[in-house]
Amino acid sequence: MSLLDVSGLGIGFGGLRAVDNVGFSAEPGEIVSIIGPNGAGKTTLFNMISGVYLPDSGHVRLDGRDVTGAAPHRLARMGLTRTFQNLQIFQDMTVLENVIVGFHQSESGALLSDLLALPAARKRSEIARMQARELLRRVRLDKAAEELAGNLSYGALKRLEIVRALAMQPRVLLLDEPAAGCNAVETEEIDHLIVELAQSGIAILLVEHDMKMVMRISNHVVVLDHGEKIAEGSPESVSKNPDVIAAYLGAGDEESVDADS
Amino acid sequence: MDALLQFLLSGVTVGAVYALVALGFTIIYNASDVVNFAQGEFVMLGGMITVFTYQAGLPLPLAAVLAIAITSLVGVALNKLALEPARGAPVVSLIIITIGASIFIRGAAQLIFDKQLHRFPSFSGDQPIHILGATLVPQSLWVIGGAVLVFIGLWLFFTKTLTGKAVLATANNRLAAQLVGINTGWIMTLSFALSAAIGALAGVLVTPITLVGYDVGVGLALKGFAAAMLGGMGNPKGALVGGIALGLLEALTAGYLSSQYKDAVAFIVILAVLFVMPQGLFGKSTTERV
Ligand SMILES: Nc1ncnc2c1ncn2[C@@H]1O[C@H](COP(=O)(O)OP(=O)(O)O)[C@@H](O)[C@H]1O
Ligand SMILES: [Mg+2]
Repeated sequence: MSLLDVSGLGIGFGGLRAVDNVGFSAEPGEIVSIIGPNGAGKTTLFNMISGVYLPDSGHVRLDGRDVTGAAPHRLARMGLTRTFQNLQIFQDMTVLENVIVGFHQSESGALLSDLLALPAARKRSEIARMQARELLRRVRLDKAAEELAGNLSYGALKRLEIVRALAMQPRVLLLDEPAAGCNAVETEEIDHLIVELAQSGIAILLVEHDMKMVMRISNHVVVLDHGEKIAEGSPESVSKNPDVIAAYLGAGDEESVDADS
Repeated sequence: MDALLQFLLSGVTVGAVYALVALGFTIIYNASDVVNFAQGEFVMLGGMITVFTYQAGLPLPLAAVLAIAITSLVGVALNKLALEPARGAPVVSLIIITIGASIFIRGAAQLIFDKQLHRFPSFSGDQPIHILGATLVPQSLWVIGGAVLVFIGLWLFFTKTLTGKAVLATANNRLAAQLVGINTGWIMTLSFALSAAIGALAGVLVTPITLVGYDVGVGLALKGFAAAMLGGMGNPKGALVGGIALGLLEALTAGYLSSQYKDAVAFIVILAVLFVMPQGLFGKSTTERV
């Protein structure tokens, strides 16, 4: 039994089969990369696994338990969460608050003490604040803790979104293009962070256009094209696979295997 | 001078009620983008239920608490029975649903209660307080004090508690909120309960001054909406400032022009805001990030 097991997953939009019959699994500490040209269905796959879209076929299992179609907040509480390709940040809250709300899920049943302003509520809030600062330090955002998130640079927001997800102590973390739009230094940092997280035992699903990064850090690579899985295996085997090379060439040169600087 | 002070005092009193209604609009708007036109009915229910349970023999404080609790349940029911099933419908449809709900609640109140105007005794008697030649009924202090307490309490809730943060997070970015484990459906329920409770409290506080009947919600919703627009829809501080400002404008209009024009003030404010500053005093610009 794998930590995360995806089987036969599919969804259609109108006539378009955006993802069709895709399956793979991930173990604790593993980095599984999903690659493929633009429009291949990577984000859609993530949307189904994280409960944002309801798949019309297939299953998602977490620890052997069928969680297909569970609401995103329930999956998050079970230890599966994600970041977004197009950033989903609480723009009007401070950097620190963005991370603090990540601690919310371990706080169920706390409304009464919050409404009555019991000391317990203050204590919980204090602990969350301290842990959030610790996480921010890890990605060098502690200096910006009190700034409005909306004022941060794109690269900083990318890192913020990752540490916000970490506040939930996930066991499975889906990262949708975490380094897109980041400069070389930031990319390097995110690269290190991902490896560190995997070493701490988190299963990482990664969608990333930076092929050098993918080939360097992945344990396993799944290749999608037109919604279908066309190859899967170790980074070396996949990069030599003729179908994969054809898919990337067919997509035009902006999508070549080491695209996206 | 005496007259001016008198107008200001009565303006602040009604303004405090408008601020509470506007706050109700704000809370639900933040959680769901819906402008809840049944907000005035919450105020009416707060007053009416207190009247009838008090007449049935309950002590006034108990009657008031019961009214607030029942009205909260009505708010939750409105969300669960009318809005949640229509989830995913355009916001305009949801707003029309709330208008329908307000008509329904008014009709039900007319059947369950009656069509008369009612009041119950003021909390601290009716002996006027004299301040520099102006007079103030003690109930006014209850209204103003109640509003102040609600705003402080809510401010503490939003800034100091994790649940409060979860509400703000939901208002700010629903998808991201779900991904950090926040049950946004539950936050909606909480927002409706809170909003209805605040409306009902306003009804309880103001009924000894203005009386309550099954249809007082219509006017209050309009005033509260104008106040929320003026302050900037979705901003609690805006609700407070907008409410007090509208109350003062009305009182001054009634005092120096004619009380006939008093109710026109809210309309003029709505139109002026729409034309001149659609975001209101404290609203942020609504340009979408792409
Ligand atoms: N909500 C949606 N409605 C309709 N079509 C969609 C939707 N989401 C994705 N698609 C389509 O599904 C295909 C896969 O998109 P996506 O998963 O974003 O690709 P990738 O992330 O691999 O670039 C695209 O053709 C896209 O237009
Ligand atoms: Mg994508």
